[in-house]
Amino acid sequence: MPVETKETQAAVQAVKMAIEKYGPNREELIPILNHINQDIGYLPQESLDEISVLLKVPKSQLISVASFYQMLSTKKRGKHVIKFCESAPCHVVGGREIIQTLKNELNLVTCGTTSDEKWTLEMTSCLGVCAVGPVFMVDDDIYGNVTTEQVPQILSRYS
Amino acid sequence: MKYYRSHVLVCQDPDCVHRGSKEILAALNSELQAQGLSGEVQVLETSRIGDCDQGPEIMVYPEGAHYGNLTADDVPYIVEEHLLKGRIAQKFLLKEDTFIDEELRAPSAKEIRVVLRNCGKIDPENIEDYIAEDGYMALAKVLTEMNPDEVIDTISKSGLRGRGGAGFPTAKKWGMVKSKTDPVKFITCNADEGDPGAFMNRRVLEGDPHSVIEGMIIGAFAIGASYGYIYCRAEYPIAVKMLNIGIQQARALGLLGENIMGTGFSFDMEVRMGAGAFVCGEETALIASIEGKRGEPRPRPPFPADKGLWGHPTNNNNVETYANVPQIILKGADWFSSMGTEKSKGTKTFALASDVKNTGLIEVPLGITLRELVYEVGGGIKGDKQFKAAQIGGPAGGMLSKDHLDLKVDYESLVGAGAMMGSGGLVIMDEDTCMVDMARFFMDFIQDESCGKCTPCRVGTRRMLEILTRICEGKGQDGDIETLEMLCDQVRSTSLCGLGQGAPNPVASTLKLFREEYLAHIYEKRCPAKVCRGLISFNILDGPCTGCTVCARNCPVNAITGERKQTHVIDPDLCIRCGICKQVCNFDAVVIN
Repeated sequence: MPVETKETQAAVQAVKMAIEKYGPNREELIPILNHINQDIGYLPQESLDEISVLLKVPKSQLISVASFYQMLSTKKRGKHVIKFCESAPCHVVGGREIIQTLKNELNLVTCGTTSDEKWTLEMTSCLGVCAVGPVFMVDDDIYGNVTTEQVPQILSRYS
Repeated sequence: MKYYRSHVLVCQDPDCVHRGSKEILAALNSELQAQGLSGEVQVLETSRIGDCDQGPEIMVYPEGAHYGNLTADDVPYIVEEHLLKGRIAQKFLLKEDTFIDEELRAPSAKEIRVVLRNCGKIDPENIEDYIAEDGYMALAKVLTEMNPDEVIDTISKSGLRGRGGAGFPTAKKWGMVKSKTDPVKFITCNADEGDPGAFMNRRVLEGDPHSVIEGMIIGAFAIGASYGYIYCRAEYPIAVKMLNIGIQQARALGLLGENIMGTGFSFDMEVRMGAGAFVCGEETALIASIEGKRGEPRPRPPFPADKGLWGHPTNNNNVETYANVPQIILKGADWFSSMGTEKSKGTKTFALASDVKNTGLIEVPLGITLRELVYEVGGGIKGDKQFKAAQIGGPAGGMLSKDHLDLKVDYESLVGAGAMMGSGGLVIMDEDTCMVDMARFFMDFIQDESCGKCTPCRVGTRRMLEILTRICEGKGQDGDIETLEMLCDQVRSTSLCGLGQGAPNPVASTLKLFREEYLAHIYEKRCPAKVCRGLISFNILDGPCTGCTVCARNCPVNAITGERKQTHVIDPDLCIRCGICKQVCNFDAVVIN
């Protein structure tokens, strides 16, 4: 019997809320996973276990879907998620320097989560605001026309 | 319907948001409240009023006064002067001589607004605004005066072709699904606009969602579908929101659901959100994703027209294709086919990005030349540099060089030049862009987005990326070009879906057009555009350097040394060639060799 922690309860509760909203159907799986991913920030194992029971879908299938889509994460993420647009229009106008600055500021060699779990740096596909590249998002805020000098200043807005 | 004496349109384009238009919006609402004008003046969020570079900008109707360069502190003045006292606030007026019609017209003479006609002009959250612009008139005409064959016939005569990339005739697709006897049919809309640098569909979905909804209902009537899905990527939360509001409002007015307009025709639809997978723009992958599975493509045939969603015949078109339909029905096939070239009719939206002066969304008649696109619509290259190449058609598209400047942009000409129309991403590159680096970049994208189901795409793109990366690092070898050419050929001819089949295009077209750059990288260990890090070094010039220490302080690896007010020196062994020193230098003292 696994220990019931606060996290486990939250993970199970998120599943219940998502299934209440979309209905217990296999075809609603992606909206359900999206909902939980937004709610908790990632897809905990406990959530997947619960979905497997409620939707009567083998866990292998759940993981195959969850690992396929870029926006669904099966790993715990930091408090703030930075999504850096890696698309060509941003690359051409200096995105490479910005991502390097971000990595320097966060002390990361590659994308991932910082050791204090404050930040997760991810690459994302086109955010569709190419006219103001380079672009990145911090949580739900979008920053365009970013210069290397602005990066520390932007990051300092988040506690 | 509630009437207002004045309407204030606040531009919410990313550019304007960046300059503080959210604050303007909040200040307007609170100031109107404070002055007791909330019931008389309506505040609307819109986009692309036309002068984002002077943003945040607002437009006040009915006068058509266009104010720009605002801060939240200026709002009380404008509210008092213009909205309370009725005087134009001259000091914030952008152009005194402009009047309404000119503002709403496309900004350059080469542009025509058909698909984008309502964007920025109507309130996308209010179906009545759309109806006031002849919205749902086409649906009424179709349901009361036409039969499905007549609808397909009209679309066929108009010459409308799929705007998602390949340019398949829309009427032919509809006819195939209509001919199936299965009583259950679906209609889907591909709003998974994943091509880097493409945001045309986002604009339409956010600014005029009903044009897509109406186009889909007409399509559903023509093919006999009873349910529809709009598959929208999760990176577009505002588009999803607008579509959901639009669908709800259409349903409330009886334009969706049972017995539409009392004609006995029933149809309903919903929005499905993606979760970040480029390959889901491929129609069989899109169908799998709507069904809640991994978005992997499957071999065709059977085509979705035979077996699509849950095994039933399914018609799938792109956002822009559907958005064209209502106007073709209303204005007639002849009107539509009067625009464009012999085989490519109508207009096309493009997202101009990167090194062109006027970046952003444009809509032009098909058949316009690349030169007109870059120099007249785009205003030329930034910094008056040389045009080097244009990348059209997304990551599976191809490059066009300056020899192609007089090429007509239509489906056939582009394919003839080794590129493709794609959904409308148009990345313009200047002389400082390295073509090998670009090819590597697109290959990186494709191999990342390859779903992994078929070997040629999964392994082939990986191998190509490895070779290209090596070349960019200055470790290119004799024979690399030949291997790349062989891989291009094999991946193209043996991959399962469009993603893999198109994957070699950026490499193949740069090899064809810019072969000398590959040769310089491999045999001379030189990057002519001074981009590839393995082949360049940074140096600080003696003269311009003032010893201000900015570069040394910003260097992430402490490779720069030097006393204050003395010329600084970069240690080439420590330098990781990130280019930050060049960016931060105020005296242009850092040069690339």
